[in-house]
Amino acid sequence: MRRVLHLAWVEVLHLVRDRASLAQLLLVPFIQLVILANAATFAIRDTPFALVDLDGTPASRALARHFLASPHFRPISGASTVPAADRAMLAGRATMVLVIPRGFDEALERGEGAFVQVQLNAEKGSAAGIVQTYAQRIVRRFGEERLAASPAGRLRPAIAVTTRGWYNAELDYRQYMVPGILVALVTLVGTLFTAQNIAREKELGTLEQLNVTPISKRAFIGAKLLPFWVLGMVELLLGLWIGAAVFGMPMRGSLLLLMAIAAVYLVAALGAGLLISTIVETQQQAMFVTFFVMMIYLLMSGLYTPVDSMPGWVRVVAEANPVKHFVEITRAILLKGAGPGDIVKPAAMLAMFAVGFGGMAVGRYRKGER
Amino acid sequence: MRKRAALAGLVWKETRHILRDRKTLAVILLMPLLQVILFGYAIRTDIDDVRLAIVDPVPDHATHALRDRFGATELFRIVAVRRSSADLDGLFASGRIHQAVVFQPGFAERLAHDGPAPVQVITDAAEPNTGTAMQAYATAVIREYESGLRGSGPAGAAVTASVRMRFNPTRESANLFVPGLIAYVITIISALMTAISLSREKETGTMEVLLVSPLRPREIIAGKVAPYLLIGMATVILVLAEARLIFGVPLRGSAALLLAEGLLFTGTSLALGILISARTPSQRVAMTAVLAGTMLPTVMLSGFIFPIESLPAPLRLLSVVIPARWFVEIARGIMLKGTGLAELWQETVVLAAMTAALLAASMRSFRTRLE
Amino acid sequence: MTDAAISARGLTRRFGDFTAVDAITFDVSKGEVFGFLGANGAGKTTAIRILTGLLAPSAGAATVAGHDVAREGEAIRRRIGYMSQRFSLYGDLTVGENIRLYGTIYGLTPAQIRERTGILLERLELGGQVRKRVASLPLGWKQKLAFSVALLHEPEVVFLDEPTGGVDPVTRRQFWELIYAAAERGTTVFVTTHYMDEAEYCDRVAVMVAGRIEALGSPGELKAPLGAATMDDVFVTLARAGASRGVR
Repeated sequence: MRRVLHLAWVEVLHLVRDRASLAQLLLVPFIQLVILANAATFAIRDTPFALVDLDGTPASRALARHFLASPHFRPISGASTVPAADRAMLAGRATMVLVIPRGFDEALERGEGAFVQVQLNAEKGSAAGIVQTYAQRIVRRFGEERLAASPAGRLRPAIAVTTRGWYNAELDYRQYMVPGILVALVTLVGTLFTAQNIAREKELGTLEQLNVTPISKRAFIGAKLLPFWVLGMVELLLGLWIGAAVFGMPMRGSLLLLMAIAAVYLVAALGAGLLISTIVETQQQAMFVTFFVMMIYLLMSGLYTPVDSMPGWVRVVAEANPVKHFVEITRAILLKGAGPGDIVKPAAMLAMFAVGFGGMAVGRYRKGER
Repeated sequence: MRKRAALAGLVWKETRHILRDRKTLAVILLMPLLQVILFGYAIRTDIDDVRLAIVDPVPDHATHALRDRFGATELFRIVAVRRSSADLDGLFASGRIHQAVVFQPGFAERLAHDGPAPVQVITDAAEPNTGTAMQAYATAVIREYESGLRGSGPAGAAVTASVRMRFNPTRESANLFVPGLIAYVITIISALMTAISLSREKETGTMEVLLVSPLRPREIIAGKVAPYLLIGMATVILVLAEARLIFGVPLRGSAALLLAEGLLFTGTSLALGILISARTPSQRVAMTAVLAGTMLPTVMLSGFIFPIESLPAPLRLLSVVIPARWFVEIARGIMLKGTGLAELWQETVVLAAMTAALLAASMRSFRTRLE
Repeated sequence: MTDAAISARGLTRRFGDFTAVDAITFDVSKGEVFGFLGANGAGKTTAIRILTGLLAPSAGAATVAGHDVAREGEAIRRRIGYMSQRFSLYGDLTVGENIRLYGTIYGLTPAQIRERTGILLERLELGGQVRKRVASLPLGWKQKLAFSVALLHEPEVVFLDEPTGGVDPVTRRQFWELIYAAAERGTTVFVTTHYMDEAEYCDRVAVMVAGRIEALGSPGELKAPLGAATMDDVFVTLARAGASRGVR
């Protein structure tokens, strides 16, 4: 044990003395957290839209006002005819065109139900879907207001629907993203640094020196991983604090539970890094392979888009992804206040990954060559 | 003539380096191809399976009718029916349900007589967009039921929006991602590989040997980067072909123009790679600088994954100086809208100006650092 | 066989169809300074990596300090020291930290480490440099320090793979004084080199050509039959003979 602790301490010395790496470890993740939290968002504000009001009645202007008042939309000028709006969309100046046809007011007055046309630039697939939802909500609300204002009885709604969004009442995208980004950063730092660290000792030749010493595989690996494990825990704590202080991320569940699960998860993440280091020769390879693996892990983790939106076979594959389970747990604990009973299944999966990756890495690591 | 042979020798040497390092090569070639599939299949925000809980304290014929309505849709799947809302918290927290429809006793009664009958729709809105959309879908089901009760007459909503999706009618996410992915691939191969390869020669001292040769610095750089240019272009073509075969991503405009613009953007990335390698002391620092300076902005600030419109103002402003942002716009225009140079000349000029400036700067710092 | 510090019988290592070490057989007795001579690529480093347990032999057997290299690698590791061709201390750690690191790895107690650090620094006249980063030391000092660190746990056998590469003649002389001192304390020294003058310092020498041992004996024994004045001549003659027989 004394050996392991001392080796771990030496690992800390290496880190502290390498300024570039230290900066990379301490600063980059948090800068990324701040930038990513602001950039990684599908929330749409200020969508530029062209308003073509062919009706020009009080009713059509009222509908237009609803759009102008929304934070999601921003009108562009000089595109008030159909051809002009079309050109604006082709040039990329407008993402949406709203056409209020002639006779809009009349149709409303007659109680027939009126139509408007919404054209969307769907180049940006999912974004277009979101803009569509926003636009339809505004149109529907306008319609409901007209109904409410019309002579009572005939058009009064029979069912009063109240909607409540739980866990993110202000619909703030960052509250959803920050926990996920934190997981991604801690994973990246843990895996990449472990893989690179051992590849570096291979390049330097110091690994060979350690291999002729009587130190056991397990002690060596334990000593290598311990500092990065502690670092990962500290980074997660710091990140949580920044998330709460800067982005107002809620912490509804138990911090202790989250850290306990993170402790297990980090073993899996570091084990993955160690596993990578056993198959690469150079730091460059370590970096490329880690990025390759991380990319797959992160894209399929539900970090950016919900796993439930993925096709069936992708969802099955995603079960074999520790990042997915930890993102799920982190969000459940932080945003939904999940307790131990709610996360048994993903937590058990994580424990399996920790044992599996750790075991495989120890098994694959060889002190000599065959 | 002899000089040309020397240059060819340099290109050959670099090609050997690339081919020798199988692991890196495999990652470079596989990564983009796998990414097309991952982005195409995995990155979706479509909602096609909402797990619903019904809380119905005193069931009656009306609540059953409305429940059946939900059950009959393709979108909703009722996974739990409860008498009270007590265990909703647990159902949400464990992720077993996305949404709950909560009735109150006497729903049918109030619907028939003194109305309006209250219904509450609770949604897991941790992810705001899907949350909002699920809310809208559930409300629509209830409104349809309501207008069905009334028989004829105006539907629940007095105004209907007819929506027309242009350029990408099915909103295929692959269509959105492929142009961005091309920018990403070019950045990885051109900027990252060049920076690493140049700084490795600096570290090992072989760069000095090259510099004392009769080749000029310009030629050394040309010889070193030429193979990466080829690999980059080849990968771009592979990605386009794959995207077309698997996802049917269209190429509406001119393929030649797209490749030419791709070549221009490759130049930008190469210049960045050279610049970074000339100004960093070691491979490790070069890697970090490339990651922070080119890959991250290419992914986050180019509109590749996240729409530029949704960036906060300072970041939106920052995106203007990111070359990838302009290239993504050009590539999307050519591929999805079929636009040509007539519409895209402004973006092209911006990109060309950036390339020229970066190339000049990189040549300059390469010379001052090494001569 | 248990008497010998190192004993190799038909030791062979192949990489694909290339035979790096070709059925070498030799014994090294306790306390001996045994030289392994050969041109670059003759198979010296491969041999040393097999004997230290870093590389498994393809055929043949060897024991080091009485333990089989193929099966008892861990037992061997406790009893040997190793200094590789590449510099193997950590440049970003100080002299003292490097010593403490390897002392701890070999299971020395803090008291033992303190005591031996003192002796070591005195022997190397590095007293004032404990807190200096190893990267900032001149190459000669680094090599001597690496050697002393390899001896820190008082191994029975120490393996030195071209320890004096790139070092000036004065420092080389000092280095060999350190080697003799270690041998006098009872440590068996196995050293590879391609400096022929260094071969003269060894008790016995094996000359390796293309993976085989072409000659083995004390420098005097090797020089006499060939009528050679220096080991240099011995080596050139043997290497030419090996080449003319068409070995590689």
